[in-house]
Amino acid sequence: MLNRTADNVARATPEPLAKKIRGISDKGLAWLFISPTILLLLAINIFPLFWAIYLSFTNYRANRPNEVVKNLGLANYRRILGDQDIWIAMQTTAHFVFWTILLQTVIGFTLAWLIDRKFRGHAFWTTIILVPMMLSPAVVGNFWRFLYEPQIGLFAYAVSFVTGIPPTNVQMLSNVELAPWAIIIVDTWMWTPYVMLICLAGLRSIPEYIYEAAEVDRASNWRQFWSITLPMALPFIMLAVLFRGIENFKMFDMVNLLTGGGPGSTTEVASITLKRQAFESWRTGYSSAFAIILFVAVFGLANIYVKALNKVKQR
Amino acid sequence: MSTIEPLKRRSRWPRWARRGLMENIATAIIAIGFLMLFQPFALSLYSYSFVTMLAGTAMFIIVSKFPE
Repeated sequence: MLNRTADNVARATPEPLAKKIRGISDKGLAWLFISPTILLLLAINIFPLFWAIYLSFTNYRANRPNEVVKNLGLANYRRILGDQDIWIAMQTTAHFVFWTILLQTVIGFTLAWLIDRKFRGHAFWTTIILVPMMLSPAVVGNFWRFLYEPQIGLFAYAVSFVTGIPPTNVQMLSNVELAPWAIIIVDTWMWTPYVMLICLAGLRSIPEYIYEAAEVDRASNWRQFWSITLPMALPFIMLAVLFRGIENFKMFDMVNLLTGGGPGSTTEVASITLKRQAFESWRTGYSSAFAIILFVAVFGLANIYVKALNKVKQR
Repeated sequence: MSTIEPLKRRSRWPRWARRGLMENIATAIIAIGFLMLFQPFALSLYSYSFVTMLAGTAMFIIVSKFPE
């Protein structure tokens, strides 16, 4: 049946077209197949990047499309790199990235190490631990807002139960000192499973015979951990740190949903400042320059990481 | 069976401009720029962070094509 259909299609194909297709080399055919992807990549990734670079040298405002666009040279970059508010936003970002990565790596690796013990029901617990990662950030942001509510939130009651502080005093999202930690807690809760999954892959890839050899040499569990487990899982840990580092630099959704950058500007990370400049002040050229600065930072960091990763792999 | 190994062709590329060393220098420049961007101590360091990172990144891209 299928063959007959194929024959019919072949017969129905006009002769010149059939000849043309028969004339394409393997390489040509490969290019033909990947060209839609390349075109799409150029249209949605490469073109906007170059367009943003161009806009970063202008005074373009997206809400005034008919206004004459003036070339400002490096003025946008000079303004951003001399702006005290943006400097503070960078420090807030660094604080957020440092703590989230540290907590996620430590907790994620510990969980992976425990799951790798293969106790009874470990598959069930792996699935349970992975649930937060599967949720949409919008959903996570909203339900953590409820959890953090001082009047009705479970988080406030849990803290109150442990510390004895009245729940109405546990104002995670409106307290200047607690608000950054509120976001760090949510991000850690959501993305630790991701780090755990990568670390688990690393731990499962360690051959069993290495541990058996260590047992024969009467190496202690502690020694096995420091000399076998950790060095062999290190490339995977570094990969997880790289992915989370890049992702957290661009962190926007969670901060926007939980605090919106407040109270004041205590949780205003770089991406929130960028959004405010681009879509509240409508300084498109200025915000493009800011985006390029962040892009170079992340790109530079990724270079360092890939180099470190290659070194670790070569060992 | 001959035990003499064939001589490897020596590269004319200067030793100081080999990939390993230059990549390390570029990485150090990027790292310094990165720290300058996020440090809370001096605004002037923050102001020069982007140029430093950009120089390091451009250097890294170029020197990663150098011979080992």
